[in-house]
Amino acid sequence: MELESAKIIAAGLATIGVIGAGIGVGNVWGSYITAIGRNPAAKKEIGAFIWIGFAVTEAIALFALMIAFIAMG
Amino acid sequence: MAESHSPLEQFSIHRLVPLDLGGIDTSITNSTVFMLVAVGAAILFLTLGLGRRELVPGRWQSMVEMSYELIANMVRENVGNEGRRYFPFIFTLFMFVLFANMVGMIPFTFTVTSHIIVTFALAMAVFIGVTVIGFARHGLHFLHLFLPSGAPLWTAPVLIPIELVSYLSRPISLAVRLFANMTVGHVILKVVGGFVVTLGIAGVLPGVAFMTVFTGLEIGIAFLQAYIFAILSCVYLNDAIHLH
Repeated sequence: MELESAKIIAAGLATIGVIGAGIGVGNVWGSYITAIGRNPAAKKEIGAFIWIGFAVTEAIALFALMIAFIAMG
Repeated sequence: MAESHSPLEQFSIHRLVPLDLGGIDTSITNSTVFMLVAVGAAILFLTLGLGRRELVPGRWQSMVEMSYELIANMVRENVGNEGRRYFPFIFTLFMFVLFANMVGMIPFTFTVTSHIIVTFALAMAVFIGVTVIGFARHGLHFLHLFLPSGAPLWTAPVLIPIELVSYLSRPISLAVRLFANMTVGHVILKVVGGFVVTLGIAGVLPGVAFMTVFTGLEIGIAFLQAYIFAILSCVYLNDAIHLH
């Protein structure tokens, strides 16, 4: 296998890791909506935490993407 | 239109004023210039906003007060009362990362935080500072951070390496999170921008729509990443000051 094609295949495989982050990020807002549904008064209190949860989970997706970029070049 | 530019070209460093101090390359690069622009913009924003100290603040003074309040509340909630002495550090960190990210959103500028060395230097400053603060406050008792008081002793050989690795991975994750978000955001903007050009007349409506929405998203992410950097620094500081 040539180096060029191996690089591109490696990049593609590394991107599979973002599946977990997709599930995680969806989970953050899903739980938020469920929590609001049960207790509408909690909207203000936990409203700040969703962004922290989103950013930390998104970081994992970007770790995978970084490996893809490193593999490609 | 035969030449194609790589989307990674926007991150290249150009030496503008070559300087050499005793063998170390200290030239003024485009990164230096934009760091100075970010610091200058932050200083202007804060000082000119508080120029006329009105009791009922106008718009600019309101923005300065809101940013102060945001970080002050963050420090007080996450670190507690002893953490208030570290407020200037967290505020400076937040303002620098915020303005560096925002200046990078302007077309034809250079995003300072899109280089791992810049974000790693900031993250190491936080990590080393927090560790030194922890040892200064608690002495060797700081190492109890890795074996929480409630845990039975037989779990120590498993728990201590896990806690140690997770502690040492903090500066890396802090650095890579900011670096990756900025780099990936700008690469996507460049790549889709390239598509808009090659699509020609058919690319006007969807291209401009997507670029507008995505630039808006990137501005939101620029603010969010600065906020996350600051709040995670507060959380690590809290771990060092109040051991769990």
